Amino acid sequence: MTPRISILATTAICATALLACSKKTEAQKTDTAQSAAFAAPKVESIAINGAGATFPFPLYSKWMADYNQRRPDVKINYQSIGSGGGIRQISAGTVDFGATDAPMTEDEVKKVPRKILHIPTTLGSVVITYNLENLSSPLKLTPEALSGIYLGTIKKWNDAKIAKDNAGAKLPAKDISVVYRSDGSGTTAVYTDYLTKVSPEFKEKVGQGKSVKWPVGLGAKGNEGVTGQVKTTPASIGYVEYAYATQNHMPMAELRNAAGSFVAPSIPATTAAAAGVDLPNELYASVTNAAGADAYPISSYTYILVYEDLVDPVKGPALADFLWWAIHDGQTRCEPLGYSKLPAKVVSQVESKLRTLQVGNKRALAEN
Amino acid sequence: MATNNVVALPIPDGSRPLLAKRNRLSADSWFKWLTAGAGLLIILLIVAITLQAYLSSRPSLIKFGWHFLVGTNWDPVRDDFGALPFIFGTVVSSLLALVISVPISFGLAIYLAEWSPGWLRGPLGFVVELLAAVPSVLYGLWGIFALAPFLRHELEPFLAKSFGFLPMFQGPHQGLGMLAGGIILAIMITPTLASVSREVMRAVPQVLREGALALGATPWETVRMAVLPSARSGLMGAMILGLGRALGETMAVTMVIGNRAEISASLFAPSYSMASVIANEFTEATGDTYLAALAEIGLLLLVVTLLMNIIARLLVGRSRMVKQ
Repeated sequence: MTPRISILATTAICATALLACSKKTEAQKTDTAQSAAFAAPKVESIAINGAGATFPFPLYSKWMADYNQRRPDVKINYQSIGSGGGIRQISAGTVDFGATDAPMTEDEVKKVPRKILHIPTTLGSVVITYNLENLSSPLKLTPEALSGIYLGTIKKWNDAKIAKDNAGAKLPAKDISVVYRSDGSGTTAVYTDYLTKVSPEFKEKVGQGKSVKWPVGLGAKGNEGVTGQVKTTPASIGYVEYAYATQNHMPMAELRNAAGSFVAPSIPATTAAAAGVDLPNELYASVTNAAGADAYPISSYTYILVYEDLVDPVKGPALADFLWWAIHDGQTRCEPLGYSKLPAKVVSQVESKLRTLQVGNKRALAEN
Repeated sequence: MATNNVVALPIPDGSRPLLAKRNRLSADSWFKWLTAGAGLLIILLIVAITLQAYLSSRPSLIKFGWHFLVGTNWDPVRDDFGALPFIFGTVVSSLLALVISVPISFGLAIYLAEWSPGWLRGPLGFVVELLAAVPSVLYGLWGIFALAPFLRHELEPFLAKSFGFLPMFQGPHQGLGMLAGGIILAIMITPTLASVSREVMRAVPQVLREGALALGATPWETVRMAVLPSARSGLMGAMILGLGRALGETMAVTMVIGNRAEISASLFAPSYSMASVIANEFTEATGDTYLAALAEIGLLLLVVTLLMNIIARLLVGRSRMVKQ
């Protein structure tokens, strides 16, 4: 009898200990939240979860940290699992908001239980980086040259189609080593969106998407993989996010935009591209190859996905207030991190959209 | 189960155990059931994983059928998928890893088991096993920044100059590619191969070695004639274990193999392995067919790896019986 009792006793003690432990952590959490809310009256800590694109992650982290100082009772957690993951999670309702570089497709929108909104938050751009010696000024590429390189029809650096725009440069007679992103990514989605717009041959042969079948080249994983590969391979070319190129001091090509001028990638050039495109009521649009003399041709918005009806009476208003802050005060954090601010016109459009956010029948936004 | 308080009288005719089971719920029984439960849990886990992979890949199984195994097109934009380039990439990179690693590992194992001085045996064995502790991402980083430039500038030109007539050593020198993948995998499976081979060779009875030496064999002849033949099935098991590890390796391979779904005769060309394509494309894949195709590749990989491990266990187990 004794062994049996001792086993039952051990099991009972373990079970009680586990239950007690979980109760204790909850109590600890509320304590820290309450001690942090020094200014506000005693409210529960509001935890909001989001997931999605990796591209805006540095900016969103800064936003969430800064917003937490403004509203210490609101704690926002963001997991950068990729745009596809963000869309999946918000569709399944496991997160309060999603984030994506590429807008949802019609099929994806059909799978969502209720109306979902795209909120543009910031802009980024994709730059073309390369590894060539003896270039005194940045490489200039036309849409024909760039699409030819990535289609494999232009094989050598000293091809006439590249040389004609780079009169002073000594381009080598070497094969172009093309590098693309092996993982599915918003960067590829934006870049292929641009290429399909400027090259009918690319549109037919390859198409647009987060993962495509590239005709030539080899794939590196992540922006960091492409950066590493281009840096260590002579006579190579690749595409990366603007922030990566600037932080790694990599050369960036000047691209000829729709207006015919060669534009170097920069934060103002990306904002200029967005200013040249009118956003429709759904608030998502492609801004690649935008009109405008100073527009950089491979720019794109990134979006936060929220349901129009936020449902939760505590989290809903908090999330709506965060988004309002993000498009106003939050925009000052963009440029130091390498992102572009939303144009003023877009900010007012997003303001109207945010005012339509609801919790049940009431408006989610408290102010004006 | 009720406690059996009735004690059966022992009848010394062998029909019943002498000490009857008095208490069915003794600590021994509990312990047996607990450990049996743990074992069962592991089996259930493997079954659950395989089942989930199968269920997730059903749309692709239905749409492509057997064509999936021989199709060479992997186009996410047009929803057309075929797994042959990945099967080729996985199998060839793993076999290449074996070809490179086996001579080195067996040589190392023979040295450690037979000829190394006692004071060196411990440290050297430890260092070899330390290789297994390096995270695979580190191997990948080392591959991109150290191995790929070395291949691009030194090794591949050398191989092209010496053996360029073979289709295996033709094509542009990019550094990343099948050869880089094979070398990284070879380094990663060497600890496994060397340790298992060493144990298998140590299990060979000393009498065989002594007999060979008594007949006048040199140390190398002893190993060749006495040790290796009896350790053969165990060594094959070790090779298959190494192959199993190489088949499943993901991060290090995806960082150096070039990630291009094409079948090429050249070792310098980029390739793509099954584990790499799942790691690269699964998080962003949208669309039922795309996800199902990736899940089917996972299922293929699972089936192949399980098979390899089962064969390895059987072969290594057989070599242990040699000791008796």
